Amino acid sequence: MITIYAAKKILTMNPARPTVTHVAVRDGLIIGAGSLAELEGFGEHTLNDQFADKIIMPGMVEGHSHAVEGKWWKYVYCGYFDRMDPHGKVWPGLRSIDEVVERLKEQDAKLTDPDEPMAGWSIDPIYYPEKRVTRHDLDRVSTTRPIGIMHASGHIMNTNSRALELAGFLRTGIENEGMPLGEDGLPTGELRGPDIMMPVGNHAGFDGNLFDFDEEGLVDFGKLCVRKGVTTATDLAAKLADEVVDVGVRVTARDDFPLRLMPFRFHHGLTPNELLEHVLQLKEHSTDRFRLGRIKIVADGSIQGFTARIKAPGYYNGAPNGLWYIAPDQMLSIYQLALQHNIQVHTHTNGDEATDLAIDTLETALKTHPTVNHRFTIQHGQLINAAQFKRMSVLGFCVNHFANHHFYWGDEHYHLTVGPERAERMNPCRTALDNGIPLAIHSDAPITPIGPLFTAWCAVNRLTSSGRTQGEYEKISVAEALYAITIGAAYTLQLDDEIGSIEAGKRADFAILEDDPTAIDPVKLKDVRIWGTVQDGRVFDANAL
Amino acid sequence: MPMHSKRSLDSVNGKPLPCPVTIVGGYLGSGKTTLINHLLSQADGSRLAILVNDFGELAIDAQLIEGQEGDVISLSGGCVCCSYGNDLTGALLQLNLDVVDQVVIESSGVALPGAISGSLSLLSEYVVSSIVVLIDASTIQRHAKDKYLADTIERQLASADLIAINKVDLISDEQQWEISDWLKQDYASLSVIEVQESKIPKSLLLIASQHSMSVKETTKGPSDRGHDASIYCTFSLNLPAEYDIAGIACKLAGADNGLLRVKGFIKDLNGAVHTLQMVGSRWSVDTAPEGVSCGLMCIGLKDLCDEEQINKLIESN
Repeated sequence: MITIYAAKKILTMNPARPTVTHVAVRDGLIIGAGSLAELEGFGEHTLNDQFADKIIMPGMVEGHSHAVEGKWWKYVYCGYFDRMDPHGKVWPGLRSIDEVVERLKEQDAKLTDPDEPMAGWSIDPIYYPEKRVTRHDLDRVSTTRPIGIMHASGHIMNTNSRALELAGFLRTGIENEGMPLGEDGLPTGELRGPDIMMPVGNHAGFDGNLFDFDEEGLVDFGKLCVRKGVTTATDLAAKLADEVVDVGVRVTARDDFPLRLMPFRFHHGLTPNELLEHVLQLKEHSTDRFRLGRIKIVADGSIQGFTARIKAPGYYNGAPNGLWYIAPDQMLSIYQLALQHNIQVHTHTNGDEATDLAIDTLETALKTHPTVNHRFTIQHGQLINAAQFKRMSVLGFCVNHFANHHFYWGDEHYHLTVGPERAERMNPCRTALDNGIPLAIHSDAPITPIGPLFTAWCAVNRLTSSGRTQGEYEKISVAEALYAITIGAAYTLQLDDEIGSIEAGKRADFAILEDDPTAIDPVKLKDVRIWGTVQDGRVFDANAL
Repeated sequence: MPMHSKRSLDSVNGKPLPCPVTIVGGYLGSGKTTLINHLLSQADGSRLAILVNDFGELAIDAQLIEGQEGDVISLSGGCVCCSYGNDLTGALLQLNLDVVDQVVIESSGVALPGAISGSLSLLSEYVVSSIVVLIDASTIQRHAKDKYLADTIERQLASADLIAINKVDLISDEQQWEISDWLKQDYASLSVIEVQESKIPKSLLLIASQHSMSVKETTKGPSDRGHDASIYCTFSLNLPAEYDIAGIACKLAGADNGLLRVKGFIKDLNGAVHTLQMVGSRWSVDTAPEGVSCGLMCIGLKDLCDEEQINKLIESN
């Protein structure tokens, strides 16, 4: 059964025929992209013109997200910026601490049990003149129920007095960097770092597995992806316990699940041998829409948390160098074992020293285990420079830059973390492309909202939230950004033979748009309206989810 | 062998005493896992909860394993092993302290034991009794200069109460002197011992009350280094008078007197009796149980530590 879709314009990302008007689909496969006359040659077909007034582009590929965003929407959204939830509701950004308190009060009024915990997420106090949120602010919402609000970065939490009290921390005499004290000698309710957050977060309604998706959350993540035109996404750091894999396999197999999900096994807590063994086992459970068998290594921390490993001259504010999250020798063992078994590894590096380590390590590993086409990828790589790209190019490294950082934390990087010069060359997409590095760009959802067109807008315009252009030289064109969120990202996932462009032989994965991203003002790229997606030939209308 | 099923209680307020925690740090290959196995093999009835980042190299005698449930392995004799992955706090909160005498945490190769200690300070059920950092004598000089590792090694060592130079049998005397000189220069205030095969006497590290404070006489091997009785001395001191406890503890904890471990009871200047614990450069003073007699058990380095000198040091205070 052949369906030929007519569109106002189809952006194929196939340079040989960049725009066409029709695409023919059979059993979830694209059998041709061209004119109606050309495609009629395939024989009997149905002509479908539901997209006749729309723009079709390849289904977008989010190469660095965490499926747990779906689950986090169970918590109260407290972010500074407008954000769309899985049901399509746009939650207005909260522009003051008062507005945060107001939203929490609304939720508070809906709960009947005055002791029931309440969890929120995505607060970012750096945008407020006070710079800090305290337990007193949250006590205005409730003094009986424990409240915890996770920061946008995911590394800090604010709690009210009741949550601290339940965890046994509403006392004097605490000496810990992760728990700042107020003038009264009691904790302010700000908790820095997972080890400090967890003991209190447990009382405030966050469950222990903060980064594992659950069934309902995964369904919601799928919906969110439809709304953003995404047909393939990663779950880029998962422990993948048996029960989580069961949920993933089961939920993604449903006829109405609109996404191809690629979970990567997080390295932590296993020896290199155990890790490889687990990943090889996982590979056996891989399905078409739940692709297992890849590794994610986290090499260092974050730049805004001053835990990234950076080279001289170090942090702009003089903070000491950050932390390693893996021993160099372990990284080498994992790289070697992975190359030996044809397992792909993506490595999180934020600081340039961490990137150096990954480059040195792959260079060593390739000498002992010469391999072609491994597509090892640096994730974030926010401070990579041209010299590093030149080495990466020789070794076959890809990069997936965190373009959304320009907007959300660009000003912070400029003034505080790495200073003006290096802030202007963070996530250097231009230099990556000029050095022939396969490029993707990402949101790291739920750290920032999933939405590849927004991410593309960030890479094209490099605007910070205060409206400054940061790093004119590192801007890329709209066409290059569209490549990065489709075929570029597909390449980093070893899927470019299957998805990422609209041409004969590829999967029928489309993003259906109301506006043409190549025809509008590049500064409006983020405002392109999205109708929904087609995934594997199945049509998903965002308004009918 | 003493087995108590409930936690020791504070004699003053009746609350359970915090559970002592030993943090074992050091880079990959420094012998942390071997030390854990060594401690398990001579637990002698003390119920250790061992928290490891991964079970990986942990060689647990299969006959000792009573069962495994998820990330927790139960061993005969009351010990348990848990792998904590990336949630150490969660693992600590889940331990049943009614059946644990002491916790030993094996930190990952690049973790900073000081940071782990910082997180532990928030958990009132636990108290850090010591941080021991192992170094592999055969690789430490290279690692300490490595561009990626130097500052991490430095931060690990700086947080130690006791540094154990492990695998001294693998290096020459010259190398050993170089390492000792380097540590004396950069970490002058820290106690340093030399060991083979991670054989740190358990009495140096374990705090819980039923551990005896002696070091075993071991048969002499081909090398005379690394054997307990040839390296360590033990003695006890009577403390008939009343003392400035903090003043004494500071002096005892100094690295120059060769004293590694002190445990006992001592009267303060008001006549109240306290428990004094010292491991390397860390000491603590707590309320003593009732009816104890005053005196200290000491373990020191035979070459450096002299009973008479320690006695003088105390009495001169």
